[in-house]
Amino acid sequence: MPQPPCSLRPLHLAFALDGPPRRARRATEVYDPEHYVRLARLAERGTLDFVTLGDSFARPGPDALAVLARVAPRTGRVGLVPAVTTTHTEPFHVSTAVNTLDWVSRGRAGWTVEVSGTPAEARLFGRREAAPADALWREAGEVADVAARLWDSWEDDAEIRDTATGRFVDRDKLHHVDFRGTSFSVRGPSITPRPPQGRPVVAVDATARPARQVAAAHADVAFVRVEDPATAAAARADLRERARALGRDPDRLLVLASLPVELYCSGDAVGLADLLGDWHADGAGDGFHLRPADPARDLALLVDGTVPVLQHRCLLRRFYPGATLREHLGLPRPANRYAPARKVSS
Amino acid sequence: MTRSSTSTRTAPAPAAPVPTAAPGLRRLHLAAHFPGVNNTTVWTDPGAGSQIDFASFEHLARTAERGRFDFFFLAEGLRLREHKGRIHDLDVLGRPESITVLNALAAVTDRLGLAATVNTTFNEPYELARRLATLDHLSAGRAAWNVVTTSDAFTGENFRRGGYLDHADRYTRAAEFVATARALWDSWTAGGVPRPVSHQGPHFRVRGAFTLPRSPQGHPVVIQAGDSAEGRAFAAATADIVFTGWGSGGRTPGKRSTWHSTLAAGQEFYADVKGRLAAHGRTADSLKIMPGVTFVLGDTAADAQERAAVIRRQQVSPQNALLALEQVWGVDLSGYDPDGPLPDIDPDPGSQLAQGRVRIADPKAVADRWRALSEAKGLSIRETVIETTGRQSFVGTPAAVAEEMTACVAARAADGFILVPHLTPGGLDDFVDRVVPLLQERGVLRTEYAGTTLRSHLGLPDPVRPVGKD
Repeated sequence: MPQPPCSLRPLHLAFALDGPPRRARRATEVYDPEHYVRLARLAERGTLDFVTLGDSFARPGPDALAVLARVAPRTGRVGLVPAVTTTHTEPFHVSTAVNTLDWVSRGRAGWTVEVSGTPAEARLFGRREAAPADALWREAGEVADVAARLWDSWEDDAEIRDTATGRFVDRDKLHHVDFRGTSFSVRGPSITPRPPQGRPVVAVDATARPARQVAAAHADVAFVRVEDPATAAAARADLRERARALGRDPDRLLVLASLPVELYCSGDAVGLADLLGDWHADGAGDGFHLRPADPARDLALLVDGTVPVLQHRCLLRRFYPGATLREHLGLPRPANRYAPARKVSS
Repeated sequence: MTRSSTSTRTAPAPAAPVPTAAPGLRRLHLAAHFPGVNNTTVWTDPGAGSQIDFASFEHLARTAERGRFDFFFLAEGLRLREHKGRIHDLDVLGRPESITVLNALAAVTDRLGLAATVNTTFNEPYELARRLATLDHLSAGRAAWNVVTTSDAFTGENFRRGGYLDHADRYTRAAEFVATARALWDSWTAGGVPRPVSHQGPHFRVRGAFTLPRSPQGHPVVIQAGDSAEGRAFAAATADIVFTGWGSGGRTPGKRSTWHSTLAAGQEFYADVKGRLAAHGRTADSLKIMPGVTFVLGDTAADAQERAAVIRRQQVSPQNALLALEQVWGVDLSGYDPDGPLPDIDPDPGSQLAQGRVRIADPKAVADRWRALSEAKGLSIRETVIETTGRQSFVGTPAAVAEEMTACVAARAADGFILVPHLTPGGLDDFVDRVVPLLQERGVLRTEYAGTTLRSHLGLPDPVRPVGKD
């Protein structure tokens, strides 16, 4: 079918590989890598921007970032965005793990910043008491901040391999970050060179108030769980305004309406395309993050039913325009915050 | 006979391929170490590729699997090393986070074991046990954990915990860490029901349910690196593999060891560690001793020696020679000529010059030995450093190297070797192409994997599920 010329700005589409936590599923499925590989490849066939995978210490399931690292070599284009908690983890390790996911996926990594707020999770670590959401999100913002600084702590051209002087790196292009947060500090630099995307994509579920400011300050992608397009549009306007107030370009913060989906037949899939098109026309956001009731079933119907309709209506691209997740999202590769300082001083 | 002249020993006539090892020979285990962040790894060679691209990891891992190795090994770094207050810039620098790379490698390999070095000082048992169990699930039973400890406040500056841990506390913390991880790995019933764990000790308090069922290996394989007294005790109590130095036990640094002294040191270490197992109710076979070794191959013995000399010069650049000297002397020696004589001043024993490296216990003694060697042989600074550091473990024709490795294992100086190539990513190619077939002909190396898990490759039993948990 010849493609009609498309002039509309396409919407972005992301899909959660995990179903609702309480849904009974085959007991072993969540530990089987092939399950996730199949889903991610299917999402890739539908040219979805990225897949997400949730994580929690509070319910059965594997480490999400590990699962998507396992998926990375078996996929070529789709973005891989695991949830990573910042509460009981080491900011330095979080930064290098997400950085490494970007290396092994050749520039397709992101992470969804999360917190672990329950007393049950605190008891698994035995180091601190459960804290209120405001405090945890303040810390999460600091972790997102230091992670990005650590990604920048190697300039892109730090590795010089200069045989004449015997130097592998130009150490003037490696930077201590000297970050002091309210509950931790990190000296730096990272042990891992700057990743292919410069900075992997940062996502935040900005539905709850304490997370919203963190999203405005640090996220490339914000999810808002909403029930109608007007609420989504309001949340988007709020996030963009907050980003602007923080000195950010609001166009660098994509807001995706996060919706539960449950598809039973191809008619449902076409109906979803109508709904997404209507919401998009109503200014609901830059795209959608779909949370399925049954990932395998719903994704198959989405890719075979919803996606072709959206493509036909010029609401979804037909191919990946680039190789990295940032390219899919139309987000530029960030400049290194430390590079200009060096140029000024030299 | 010196170690470096072992290649001149005549190789035996090629034996007819045999399906099993000849009498007196023992099967050996091989592992591959990703070329490290140190001056063993030569980055100036035209064949040196990226140390960070996934393709380099994939190439080395696939090569190791082609050679039917037991496992692929990644070291860890948590702080870039510093020298004279500045980041050390002469060696390969930068590496990915190990467990994430190994999960990706699980997708492009099928049987190869996947070993991550992860520190117990700057991690928490619940999270790390979960990450390792996840790797074991996602690789269908191929995960291993090299348990290491760090004490220095320098590394601590990157972590919440910060600060300094007393040397003795490092191992008590590590032991409690591993015990807690094992309790978590064992916590689900055979029927797939999570049972809460309740651990309270001097270092950790962990209460609650684990998020994963028991993994395919029961417990990932546990490796202990190093040969200190505490390390040996820790290994005998809890490890499946000891990753040790080769030839270091029988000689003092700076003194060239002989082939026989190297073998004898290996045997002494081997007997000592294996002898400690019975006290823990363990059999000698339940712990594998695998020294880290380097190798240089050549078409003839002389060719191999020549290549070895070239590699040593690559490893010790003029700048690296001065740096090695500064690590011993503890003072700035940048004014010295690397091609000139050694300094006649004495080392500063309290120096803080080098950060993030193992401290030299008696710098004055090392300095005296190096000066004596330099004077006796008329060696320059660079030549002295080349002579005293970084000597290759196995140098020779493929047949000679296969013969020596087989002999070391037969003599119970080791159960196998962790090979440390000097080049990324092609550093293992020659060994797998040329030495592996000879080891297979001798019947001391598998031609196919018999099992699917790393424990099955190593001949280790699956850990017994504690009574009351099934």
